[in-house]
Amino acid sequence: MLASSELLLKVEQIVSKYRDVPGAAIPILQEIQNELGYVSPEFIAKVAELTKIPASDLYGIVTFYSQFRLEPLGEYHIQVCHGTACHLAGAEQVTEALEIAVNTKCGSTSKDGKFTLEKVACIGCCSLAPVISVNGKIYGRMTPDKVRSLVRDLKGGDSRGK
Amino acid sequence: MANNSYKVKVGLASCGIAAGAQQVYDRFSELLQSGKLTSQAELIPTGCLGMCFCEPIVEVSTNTGERYLYGGVTAADVELILDQHLTKGEPVSELLVYGPNSHSELDSYFHKQRRIALKNCGVINPEDINSYLEVGGYQGLKKALEIGPEQVIAELKASGLRGRGGAGFPTHLKWSLTQQTPGELKYIICNADEGDPGAFMDRSILESDPHSIIEGMLIAGWAIGASKGYIYCRAEYPLAIKRLKIAIAQAEAHQFLGTGILGTDFNFSIEIREGAGAFVCGEETALIMSIEGQRGMPRFRPPYPSEKGLFAVPTSINNVETLANVPRILADGAAEFSKYGTENSRGTKVFALAGKINRGGLVEIPMGMTINELIFDIGGGISTGKPFKAIQTGGPSGGCIPAELGDTPVDYDSLSKIGAIMGSGGMLVMDEDTCMVDVAKYFLSFARSESCGKCTFCRIGTEKLLAILERITQGEGTSSDLTLIQRLAEAIKVGSMCGLGQTVPNPILTTMKYFAAEYQAHIEEGCCPAKQCKALITYQIDPELCRGCGLCARVCAVSAISGKVKEPYLIDSEQCIRCGLCISACKFNAISVESRPKTDSASLEVAQ
Repeated sequence: MLASSELLLKVEQIVSKYRDVPGAAIPILQEIQNELGYVSPEFIAKVAELTKIPASDLYGIVTFYSQFRLEPLGEYHIQVCHGTACHLAGAEQVTEALEIAVNTKCGSTSKDGKFTLEKVACIGCCSLAPVISVNGKIYGRMTPDKVRSLVRDLKGGDSRGK
Repeated sequence: MANNSYKVKVGLASCGIAAGAQQVYDRFSELLQSGKLTSQAELIPTGCLGMCFCEPIVEVSTNTGERYLYGGVTAADVELILDQHLTKGEPVSELLVYGPNSHSELDSYFHKQRRIALKNCGVINPEDINSYLEVGGYQGLKKALEIGPEQVIAELKASGLRGRGGAGFPTHLKWSLTQQTPGELKYIICNADEGDPGAFMDRSILESDPHSIIEGMLIAGWAIGASKGYIYCRAEYPLAIKRLKIAIAQAEAHQFLGTGILGTDFNFSIEIREGAGAFVCGEETALIMSIEGQRGMPRFRPPYPSEKGLFAVPTSINNVETLANVPRILADGAAEFSKYGTENSRGTKVFALAGKINRGGLVEIPMGMTINELIFDIGGGISTGKPFKAIQTGGPSGGCIPAELGDTPVDYDSLSKIGAIMGSGGMLVMDEDTCMVDVAKYFLSFARSESCGKCTFCRIGTEKLLAILERITQGEGTSSDLTLIQRLAEAIKVGSMCGLGQTVPNPILTTMKYFAAEYQAHIEEGCCPAKQCKALITYQIDPELCRGCGLCARVCAVSAISGKVKEPYLIDSEQCIRCGLCISACKFNAISVESRPKTDSASLEVAQ
């Protein structure tokens, strides 16, 4: 984990890359999230200071677009697809089984910091519905039972190297 | 046969990779490098053939032009294909999905499609510009530069191409309006913010044939006098973005992008902007706001983007599939394109078939084909074996079309006549297990959370509409709710500024129109005929089928199931949260879902 001053230096480096790009607020915030995992109030203050974009505008952007997170992710980022095909194939039940298995609601991170659950609109793998993605890896044709054993495996394992 | 040379193509688009195609590719690569193969074989990574229903797909083609498609291939099958087909020249029949001599049920799947926008998808290597050049890539651009902007627009007009993003606005008109607006600086935007849930046409084109989009944008830029283009792509499509970046770098190296393109005075560059997860940004003015670095909230039109668009200069915004058609129209001529389709809907349309369909995936059909032909001849019918109930097109802005209207031709006018829309190409197929009230509720809750909040009717109206639908699916609806829905839906349509709000009520209005009996069943009988709405169903264990293994009781998260081992178990309906865990765990299909009309259960209690 980097110290706070190093993180802010990173933010400065990112902002400086976009000096001549018109309308760069979103790409800047995206790159900060990609590099640092989330967009903290501290980072927003720094971006506002450097770009002269009011912090209120930046907060407006971060809360408008669903991609942005104001808090860090858990070790396993689980996205449950709620596209139409997944909905028809039982995404609600898959979600419920996940919430029970990791003991946290969609849109939040479990207390132990291991799992972040998120509903997403459509991953675009409709023919494998219902689909979930764990740290970017797609798991297709899920059932409540498969969810249960997947979470059991993840609880026993480590996200790195998987 | 051993002297044959082969091409081995492995489809590596997102859905193929999700199904395991990368491992298949890696295994081929490993075995081919080991050098034990005596015949010549070239391994080519390609994009998506559209046949999601049998991913991962491997295509083996011979130097005499014969093509063999293998489906559902795993890494373990690769050696067999290598030994039998590539070495002995004997196709592996058990994995073969389609071959030169097979007259299978897939004949109609292939023969009824016409691939124009998808022509190169699954055929070329999307990460290699030479692969695109070999199939005539950038010939459309050359032609465009020869004939000049005016003729390009005339050619587009002759082709009859309309915007494939959903609204169907004539492309030539959009271009000529932008061209005619005076201005030094103009922009082209490729709208790749494919937000409709269940739609993945654009993703597939971007991942499988990214150069066609660059070429389409170049031609558009040349026609309207723009020197810069933006591709606004969903951040959820990382592979599409990666391949676009590769393609842009290659096009720059080949001087298709940059200054003085192909010896003319035409300059053009392309920048990618990633969307950040807001459905409304598919609306053109919201998209512009987003590229400008603001919240993606639509603004009033006029002025239209053709007069005052991105950074207040004339801008033409075109959808991915529209742009993919442009190079073909230029290279092959307008007549080759316009010979397909109907009078007002020329050419083809790509659809993403999903839901309860046998052959889910991407298909491209000449417009004017009927829904039934599309579902049965191409899609292979309903996957569950149950009756076909409806299709839904156009996502949250579209409508549900009942099976009775299956003879309706798929074109802009016929679909809007029955209350649906062509949409961008998502087509969800539903069988009798789909609850239409639930479908309406699903789309509405999507629209509610994606409403940008600018217009009161859209912001609060969708909230209220959803509350009514919640009530109905809880079995607490009243008959006056239906009138209320109608009034509210009309108010949202007229009181909203952008396309999102104006079309949000469509799923609910079309399901009410065509599936009134289902709404009645929920309201008057308190039952869900499709057995989906949680408040109106119960889970039951069939004592005849239950072997008393107790697995259901062990998986139940709320301890609602009890019983003794080797005796039938029982579900306590009061405790049960209808999560479905027990059904998916039961190995004997002993658990079923019931939804009885109130009157039935009341009389049952009396009888007991």
